[in-house]
Amino acid sequence: MSVLIFVDQSEGHIKKASFEALTYGVKVAEQLGTTAEALVLGSVSDDLASLGKYGVKKVHQVNNASLNQLDAQVYAKVIAEAATQSGANVVVFSHNQTGKAVAARVAVRLKAGLVAGACALPDTGNGFVVRKTVFSGKAFANVSITSAVKVISLNPNSYTTIASEGTAEVNQLSIAVDTPKVKVTAVNKVSGEVPLTEAEIVVSGGRGLKGPENWGILLDLAKELGAATACSRPVGDAHWRPHHEHVGQTGVQVAPNLYIAIGISGAIQHLAGVNRSKVIVVINKDPEAPFFKAADYGIVGDAFEVVPKLTEEIKKLKAK
Amino acid sequence: MKILVCVSKTPDTTSKIAFTDGNTKFDENGVQWIINPYDEWYSLVRAIELKEKDPATIVHLVTVGGADTEPIIRKALALGGDEAIRINTDNSDSYYIAAQIAAIAKDGYDLVFTGKETIDYNGSSIGGMIAEMMDAPYISLATKFELNGTTATVTREIEGGEEIAEVALPAVVSCQKGVAEQRIPNMRGIMAARTKPLKVVEPVAADALTAIVSFEMPPAKAGVKLVSPDNVAELVKLLHEEAKAI
Repeated sequence: MSVLIFVDQSEGHIKKASFEALTYGVKVAEQLGTTAEALVLGSVSDDLASLGKYGVKKVHQVNNASLNQLDAQVYAKVIAEAATQSGANVVVFSHNQTGKAVAARVAVRLKAGLVAGACALPDTGNGFVVRKTVFSGKAFANVSITSAVKVISLNPNSYTTIASEGTAEVNQLSIAVDTPKVKVTAVNKVSGEVPLTEAEIVVSGGRGLKGPENWGILLDLAKELGAATACSRPVGDAHWRPHHEHVGQTGVQVAPNLYIAIGISGAIQHLAGVNRSKVIVVINKDPEAPFFKAADYGIVGDAFEVVPKLTEEIKKLKAK
Repeated sequence: MKILVCVSKTPDTTSKIAFTDGNTKFDENGVQWIINPYDEWYSLVRAIELKEKDPATIVHLVTVGGADTEPIIRKALALGGDEAIRINTDNSDSYYIAAQIAAIAKDGYDLVFTGKETIDYNGSSIGGMIAEMMDAPYISLATKFELNGTTATVTREIEGGEEIAEVALPAVVSCQKGVAEQRIPNMRGIMAARTKPLKVVEPVAADALTAIVSFEMPPAKAGVKLVSPDNVAELVKLLHEEAKAI
């Protein structure tokens, strides 16, 4: 019996969401009175032994070049085999793009019940019940997993990473890797941009900004805060911003520490995508904008005046 | 080319979310039901486009649910598709549902389309499960889908960008924004949908590995603290000192 945590990497670097999954998985293991081990696929340039600082004693690696690109079918077979070899009865993923592709397949291979989009530690007092977000963040469901092996994928930004001292033993696993059937022919990454779902701070704009040419003030603010940028659905639909920035019920769901909404009225579908944010700031000139009801802080005012001032004030704060 | 499009019934995006029976059941009172937007706007429309390009293409819709899902599947048929299959069960465990759809999908389908997720349970799991049960490749979170004979070229979302991948069919693909543009059914489509075959099949034997115990609403916000637009410094101070968010 043990907990296996899948550690996701991209271009040799471990993703932030995986540190959350590690912290979470270690806590699950503590709760079950067992140990937690990590699994990394492909070649990694980061120091794997240092993952010990999240509490795992052992990091397994399957270092095969075929695993440097994601083919969910190939990944799932390797992960399920590693879980079986290490005797894992709980497998933890991050519910990020990789987790969404792979966790469900692993669950089928292990004939394990899956809670996808978990947001809290399991309640193991009576059975095994995991809380997850449902209705796009408008509510939670407590889901009981009844199978012997359990798979959990953890919503990004829903569990705080805890790092202390520690070194893990790195163990090379030899598991046969199938030839991928999915061939990646091109990767287009927007360099220097903070990925939206991993961002601590998100600055988001709506129709109140009147046109794509006015996005400069928002980008300046985002840059000053080290924030990712997002937008409302009408803005994405009008192609003012790339559609992967669309946040809401039918777009991306985010849960940053701070969400700053500029010129967004706050339709219920938009709120569903952001209401797990820890702090919400709304800047809108309409005092009746429904977003104010969901906000922690608000300014009723003209974005074109308020936002540049806000950027200046943040600059001042950082200079202190 | 035989395409299977998975269609799910979900509450309308503007629905008020509430629960009954000691917070164990979703309160369906006054809820408008719609086709899950990702299924309707992207996967279904893309399948229809592929059929328009190559009329020999067969497009079947599949849904898992009770008789109350039929208005939704008729609505989907009004957009297009040759026929629909309803698997008659109310079970909500993803493994059980995927096993039902996989049993159908194994019947000679080259391509299975799902939405990126349903807007009620947000699991994003059914596509991957079906693919594993079919032993087929799975490309998730597609933003573009092109077919060249029996090979698909799919653009998919990755963190901070996108990736272009090629895959030989059969395959399972989950679709999101970008794959197609939403369509409105026309009168001809609505009339045609009335007479399109809607087969009802009983579920195959499968295990349910999870069960929803209860629902909860998130804690209410304490209320907004308004700051004057002339005092932006105050907002920064609150965010820094009180909220500790910057």
